[in-house]
Amino acid sequence: MIPGTFDYHRPATVEDAVGLLSRLGEEANILAGGHSLIPLMKTRLASPEHLVDLSGIGNLKGISVEGGDVIIGAMTTQHELINSDELARHLPIIAETSRLIADPQIRYKGTFGGNVANGDPGNDMPALMMCLGASYSVTGPDGSREIAARDFYQGAYFTSLEHGEILTAVRIPIPSPDHGYAYEKLKRKVGDYATAAAAVVITMEGGKCTSASIGLTNVSETPLWASEAASMLVGTSLDKASVDAAVAAAEAITEPASDMRGPAEYRTKMAGVMMRRALERAQSRAKG
Amino acid sequence: MNDQTKIDQDRAERTEKLQGMGCKRKRVEDVRFTQGKGSYVDDLKLPGMLFGDFVRSPHAHARIKSIDTSRAKALPGVVAVLTAADLKPLGLHYMPTLAGDVQAVLAEEKVLFQNQEVAFVIAEDRYIASDATELVDVEYEALPCIVDPFKSMDADAPILREDIQDKMEGAHGPRKHPNHIFEWTIGDKEATDAVFANADVTIKEMLVDHRTHPSPLETCQSVASFDKVKGELTLWGTFQAPHVIRTVVSLISGLPEHKIHVIAPDIGGGFGNKVGAYAGYVCSVVGSIVLGVPVKWVEDRMENLSTTSFARDYHMTTELAATKDGKIQAMRVHVLADHGAFDACADPSKWPAGFMNICTGSYDIPTAHLAVDGVYTNKASGGVAYRCSFRVTEAVFAIERAVELLADKLGMDAAELRIKNFIKPEQFPYKSALGWEYDSGDYHTAMKKAMDTIGYKELREEQAQKREAFKRGETREIMGIGISFFTEIVGAGPAKNCDILGIAMFDSAEIRIHPTGSVIARMGTKSQGQGHETTYAQIIATEIGIPADDIMIEEGNTDTAPYGLGTYGSRSTPVAGAATAVAARKIKAKAQMIAAHMLEVHEGDLEWDVDRFRVKGLPEKFKTMKEIAWAAYNAPPPNMEPGLEAVNYYEPPNMTYPFGAYFCVMDIDVDTGVAKTRRFYALDDCGTRINPMIIEGQVHGGLTEAFACAMGQEIRYDEHGNVMGASFMDFFLPTAVETPNWETDFTVTPSPHHPIGAKGVGESPHVGGVPCFSNAVNDAYAFLGAGHIQMPHDAWRLWTVGQKLGLHT
Ligand SMILES: Cc1cc2nc3c(=O)[nH]c(=O)nc-3n(C[C@H](O)[C@H](O)[C@H](O)COP(=O)(O)OP(=O)(O)OC[C@H]3O[C@@H](n4cnc5c(N)ncnc54)[C@H](O)[C@@H]3O)c2cc1C
Repeated sequence: MIPGTFDYHRPATVEDAVGLLSRLGEEANILAGGHSLIPLMKTRLASPEHLVDLSGIGNLKGISVEGGDVIIGAMTTQHELINSDELARHLPIIAETSRLIADPQIRYKGTFGGNVANGDPGNDMPALMMCLGASYSVTGPDGSREIAARDFYQGAYFTSLEHGEILTAVRIPIPSPDHGYAYEKLKRKVGDYATAAAAVVITMEGGKCTSASIGLTNVSETPLWASEAASMLVGTSLDKASVDAAVAAAEAITEPASDMRGPAEYRTKMAGVMMRRALERAQSRAKG
Repeated sequence: MNDQTKIDQDRAERTEKLQGMGCKRKRVEDVRFTQGKGSYVDDLKLPGMLFGDFVRSPHAHARIKSIDTSRAKALPGVVAVLTAADLKPLGLHYMPTLAGDVQAVLAEEKVLFQNQEVAFVIAEDRYIASDATELVDVEYEALPCIVDPFKSMDADAPILREDIQDKMEGAHGPRKHPNHIFEWTIGDKEATDAVFANADVTIKEMLVDHRTHPSPLETCQSVASFDKVKGELTLWGTFQAPHVIRTVVSLISGLPEHKIHVIAPDIGGGFGNKVGAYAGYVCSVVGSIVLGVPVKWVEDRMENLSTTSFARDYHMTTELAATKDGKIQAMRVHVLADHGAFDACADPSKWPAGFMNICTGSYDIPTAHLAVDGVYTNKASGGVAYRCSFRVTEAVFAIERAVELLADKLGMDAAELRIKNFIKPEQFPYKSALGWEYDSGDYHTAMKKAMDTIGYKELREEQAQKREAFKRGETREIMGIGISFFTEIVGAGPAKNCDILGIAMFDSAEIRIHPTGSVIARMGTKSQGQGHETTYAQIIATEIGIPADDIMIEEGNTDTAPYGLGTYGSRSTPVAGAATAVAARKIKAKAQMIAAHMLEVHEGDLEWDVDRFRVKGLPEKFKTMKEIAWAAYNAPPPNMEPGLEAVNYYEPPNMTYPFGAYFCVMDIDVDTGVAKTRRFYALDDCGTRINPMIIEGQVHGGLTEAFACAMGQEIRYDEHGNVMGASFMDFFLPTAVETPNWETDFTVTPSPHHPIGAKGVGESPHVGGVPCFSNAVNDAYAFLGAGHIQMPHDAWRLWTVGQKLGLHT
């Protein structure tokens, strides 16, 4: 639980940070809130020689609305997500999810950007971002680009970010004001990553589901977007048979690891149970 | 107001001021603990101090082909690297265990469990030490390993302990196999077998009390400082039993005991984990002796969970025989005990299976037999009493699960079956079939109070309705009612059957009254958070009438405290608490003589009144304890030694037997396996209650650890002997969020042989709690025909139960 030696850098601008990262090369790592990276360093699963801390960069923080999108700066803390009026108005599922991340101390330090950029399938925000159709704004030595959350996750701790690129903000389209939502997470205790979790956003009209999106957390190498399962629900009244079929389709794309949270079979089934419960709650919240 | 009321009121005020026994005195140690001002081993910083860290084995079982320390030694800041080759000439590559075995300090030819200590790096700081451990090159040849204790004694099992391979006589008799440690039996086998052969009804079940870990928040640590000029060693460490550590260090190092100063400062929880001696202690001592500067060793969380003493790992084949109307006639138990790679169980020397023979519980079972086989496996060693007296949690788990299984088989209510078989109040002192003499108890009263308070009958009715609703598909929740009625055995113990390394398990107190009437008292025990500084002072306050706030309690420094065997097995109050009362009474007796002299009356003409001696019939003629203290130093009676102090070494005539009735109401979501504790009611009888607030705190803590053990906490190994989940990410340490709400209650049945009638309470809630939770879970699924469900009852395992029962279609 003792990390190796490293140098610490605290640039003041994104440009400086990008410059430092390309100059220092592969042995340099970005430090945000540190609550995923530092545990890895303490167990020496990661031994970066340089840490480039983003906390000195002013304009990476904050939540704003731009047209039909909410923009969240990468260094916004998970705690700030819970207390944002903008999010409460447009995307209450983000606060609901944040409350299920770790514990208050960690959320004071842990950032939204770190949570989505980390690439750990256990993080809760990535599946939610896939569910919401978010896109990530990224700046690197070759300029800036946008990456869809649904294209971002390649494997455990393996994302579309190139070395030297910084995730600066996340852009999330605002769903219809009538949408129903829920994030259901099964965990062993406070501060635990999900055994399985599901993010659900739906719209209903005249008792029929008009749109659905489902994200699944920690039941594969990457967060999952259960697009097929979701499309099976559209046009139905979310009757038992339709939900059963969609749950089966969602379970079919899971590939969880067996670990101390339980064997793979259990975690697959829990993804289904969480999805079912999230759907029920989302339906009860949907207007129309 | 008449005179008598005035006198009564005055007496009540004086009593109140003492803050003595029975009072909810606030914990004096909390002033520093709640402000972060405790002083722990890791707070110690000495000039020139170096830091040690271990190179550990990645393998569960492997031969060490070579160790090359040259790269590590070349790292700037590294001062030394110790291996078994360095310790061997000193005879220190092995150390004795409390169980009569030896344990490798640094592995010599083989490693026997994952994370076993292989080399000790000493460097200028903690970071360099850790870096250097990665530079020690160890070549291993992996060997087949034993994880399942049931395979330890197979004919073709790999031999684990080559160092004792030919020693077929162990510390506790003959060994049946090179991987066998001992067989321990007690009771009348023939008679027991005969009862079983003719019984109306029998039950038999393999009950597993799985491997877990005490996991105190502060890990194990030490600082050793050897003064080469004086030839003296000072050793600060996380020691539940500092004097025993001093004796052990003297015996293994050859240093004379008076030149060893062992100091246990504040300790952040022990729960049995800090009873034994560990490689880190020895290596810090050797490092300091060799280098002549202080050496610190601090275990990290993963090292603590995966290497220093585990608890439990008892596989108990448990049988009961009964008449058809539910009178239990006999009990038969066989235990397969997994002790890991070395037998480092912390029990009194003659008790290789602890007090497992308390397993007949609170019941009048006339005939019983118990056999325990200890075996080696490729796991960390230990087998400590995790918040319980020696193997008592295991024993109580066995009997309390077994009576439920019997009730099930008989179709009888589990509470009714218990009451039917309780030892009756008039049977105390009660001699059990497995050799104990229970000092006192009133089980019927406690059980009735508990059942009335919890509303047992109504709960069973609610459960019956819920079961019907579940069968009709109206709910996916099932309800369980857990019961546990436990009898603990604590306060080890009488010299005739209890010793540690040959030292009888007495304990001690030394009390000194200063001329101005304030007090310092020292005990041979050592608090790890139990509140000794508060409660011992309350005993003294009541005994000699000096306010508790004027009494300082000190423990943990072997130079100043009288010799004692330490704190574990709920022995502080039963043993050192008794010593405290007896020492205080010696002081009181001398004080009476002084008072008689001062008042110019005969001693027999005096009577004690809260904080003073007064002349019988002349209440206005008195001397307070404070005045007497001054006189003791100023004008003692002729021919009397001046001063006012006393020491007592107390050898208890018997153990004490706290008991309790616990009830748990649980709701389980069959679709996820998540269990929610709706209510938990704990009635404890620990005899005389010294501080009701501290008792309640102890009960809360013990129940929380019981909840943890029953509901998810475990140290698990995969088939290659890799230890799984040895960090707080996986190891279940409940937070305030998961922890149920506790309802506490009590009855008082004082111990007849203890000077103040107290029995000890720190561990009862753990001992009683574990089976209560497990019984609730088992009870919830019983109507579905689940059979016995093994612990731990975490969500996935309970889901698996539902899966097997076909509940998830
Ligand atoms: C006990 C505990 C429990 C936890 N439980 C949960 C949980 O239940 N759910 C959950 O989702 N999380 C959980 N976490 C993780 C926590 O939410 C982290 O804060 C989060 O995963 C990472 O955010 P951070 O700001 O701390 O990032 P850091 O740890 O600083 O960084 C994480 C990784 O992301 C990279 N990174 C960070 N920011 C950027 C950026 N702007 N651009 C590019 N790369 C970047 C870093 O280089 C690093 O590789 C837990 C953590 C702990 C310690």
